[in-house]
Amino acid sequence: MTTAGFLPTITASPFLSTFIWIILILAAMYLARKPFHRCMASFSLIIRNSMRLFATSVKLAEKRLNDRNRDVLLSAGRQHAERCVEREFERISSAVQRDLEGYPQVQRKLNENLVKLDEDHHNSVEIPQTLPDWAKVIKAIASVRPSNDPVVGNMLKSIHQTLSEQHMKALEQHRIDASKRHAILNRMLPLLRSMKKTLVSLNKSLSNLNFRAKRIDRYMDNYEEIREQTDTAMGTLSSSSLTQFFISGAVLLIALGGAIINFNLIALPMSEMVGGGSYIGPYKTSDIAGLVIICLEICTGIFLMESLRITRLFPIIGSMDDRMRMMLFWIAFSLLAILAGVESSLAFMRDRIAGDMEALRQSLAGVSPSSVAGSVIPTVGQMVMGFILPFILTFVAIPLESFVASSRTILGLIAAWMLRSLAFALRLIGLLGYYTGRLTINLYDLVIFPALWLEGVVAQSLFRTQTKDNTADKEKTTGSGTMPAVDPLVENKEMG
Amino acid sequence: MKYFRFWLIGFLILLIGCSQQSNRAKGVYMLLDTSGTYAVELKKARLIINYLLGTLQPGDTMAVGRIDTGSFSEKDIVAKVTFDARPSVANNQKRAFQNKVSTFVTGVRQSSYTDISGGLYQAIEYLNESGSGNKYILIFSDLQEELAKGYVRDVPLELSGFHIIALNVTKLRADNQDPKKYLARVEQWRGKAEKGGGTWRVINDLERLDNILAKG
Repeated sequence: MTTAGFLPTITASPFLSTFIWIILILAAMYLARKPFHRCMASFSLIIRNSMRLFATSVKLAEKRLNDRNRDVLLSAGRQHAERCVEREFERISSAVQRDLEGYPQVQRKLNENLVKLDEDHHNSVEIPQTLPDWAKVIKAIASVRPSNDPVVGNMLKSIHQTLSEQHMKALEQHRIDASKRHAILNRMLPLLRSMKKTLVSLNKSLSNLNFRAKRIDRYMDNYEEIREQTDTAMGTLSSSSLTQFFISGAVLLIALGGAIINFNLIALPMSEMVGGGSYIGPYKTSDIAGLVIICLEICTGIFLMESLRITRLFPIIGSMDDRMRMMLFWIAFSLLAILAGVESSLAFMRDRIAGDMEALRQSLAGVSPSSVAGSVIPTVGQMVMGFILPFILTFVAIPLESFVASSRTILGLIAAWMLRSLAFALRLIGLLGYYTGRLTINLYDLVIFPALWLEGVVAQSLFRTQTKDNTADKEKTTGSGTMPAVDPLVENKEMG
Repeated sequence: MKYFRFWLIGFLILLIGCSQQSNRAKGVYMLLDTSGTYAVELKKARLIINYLLGTLQPGDTMAVGRIDTGSFSEKDIVAKVTFDARPSVANNQKRAFQNKVSTFVTGVRQSSYTDISGGLYQAIEYLNESGSGNKYILIFSDLQEELAKGYVRDVPLELSGFHIIALNVTKLRADNQDPKKYLARVEQWRGKAEKGGGTWRVINDLERLDNILAKG
């Protein structure tokens, strides 16, 4: 027979048995109170300290990861800035080579033009002779009074004739001289125009150089900021990295769509080449062959972009000498062109096979073949697509590089965030464990409160029998008969 | 260099191991009942064969055999083909196969007896020789076996790995009077197929041929 379902009975009355059991249990719990408190405090401290330790370790890992992220970001930013500066210098170099390489010739030409102009100017300075100062003589002769003397008349007539002839000659000479002067001045005009054009071109080149120099200054400022690891630079780089990640991801998704279309174009005809009945694992060999061709095209495209120094996924290609690099470019380009040609042929073959299959299906179904299927447009369209898509896929290298570069930062940020969350969760668990321990201690005391109350009463009565000198001290120690509060933290400190 | 050789051999073994050319190929053998009561149904069989020709892929095997008085003979194979790996060649083979079957159906002569078991022996032998991974025997018959005198068909069927599908199992006049006979006939063949280690299915509605070559 049991009491309360699981305790053996002590007396005939179940109520009394239960009461006795409660008393006994309370007594046992009262006796085990201090060890229980210590045990619980130790347990909660173990949880809290271990979790704190764990969280500290995680925080350290997060700090290391943040440092690494910072390094990666700065390194990427530095590389980008270096590349920008390098590109600008290359552009300046090519501009200088293009525009200012012929500067000595320009200068010589300008000098020659200036000498010519100077000569022309000197020549044009000579003022043509004015008409002889015969006006006064003529005036004087003209003032001679007419007389009937025929000698005078003849003389005057002769003088007049001579003067008229001389005047005509002088006028003619003046005209010739003026015309020569005008011709010299006219010859100066194209020289002046040529000089103006040369000077404008020179001015444009210098302005361009000036503009590029200013841009280099700006890049250098950015570079300096990155080198000094300023917060502005970090913020800009971080934001730029995030933007790059999403944009390049979107472009890669679009490229994936293109690759799938490309795959569908060549998967069927590949079965004509490698056979339609063989499998590698669960996949058809022809499908895998099609996929391999597309992957090869993408790889060739990447090498093409690398050899043009547009991307820098393989630094070894970028650091090759120009001759080797260009050789690699032509090899990659040739391979790509061959693959595009092969794919175009496969697209043509696909159209034929699909047409043949459709005809067979119609024949098996007892339907007469439709005449619309004879159109050439889909065939040509597929062939053009088959030729163009490999070249389009070449450009995947650019977003791929951005994606790889930015994903390092993004993954680092995500990992850091996860570590931070883990550290927080660990600290939370530690604190929850600690306060659960305290709560358990208090609940334990709550359960055995009759024993504690009794302890207080007994202690008070004992203290009353003590000497009066010690009464005050005793009362201080035991309180005024109330239950002593148990502060687990004090005990925890004692444990510590 | 030594390690490289090991790696290369390992890679080749993996590649060959992964390549399962024959295991995935399907082998289909269709038995056509040409007995007097059933010969009129053969036009339906042409539709099924055409459907199968449209479904089968390069590398698969197909054969059509006749059920007559003594069906355990190569002479009873009306048409047989293993489709080439190239789709264009396989398409031509399908056309030729279709023509052969059409010629057979239009000029078929009715047989006096129905040796279904003999046809099954022939189908098992042919499909085992073809080395197909998935083997199907389609029986286009009313499953009413009638053996001529002297023909013994008590050899147990070895149907492990085979899928037996009975198509268009028509009800005879006696079945209409007593459906138990029909059910007993179908059950008898089911028992034979499953006892031999194969699977058994009956498809009477020829509009539901979509999953005719589904496993099990």
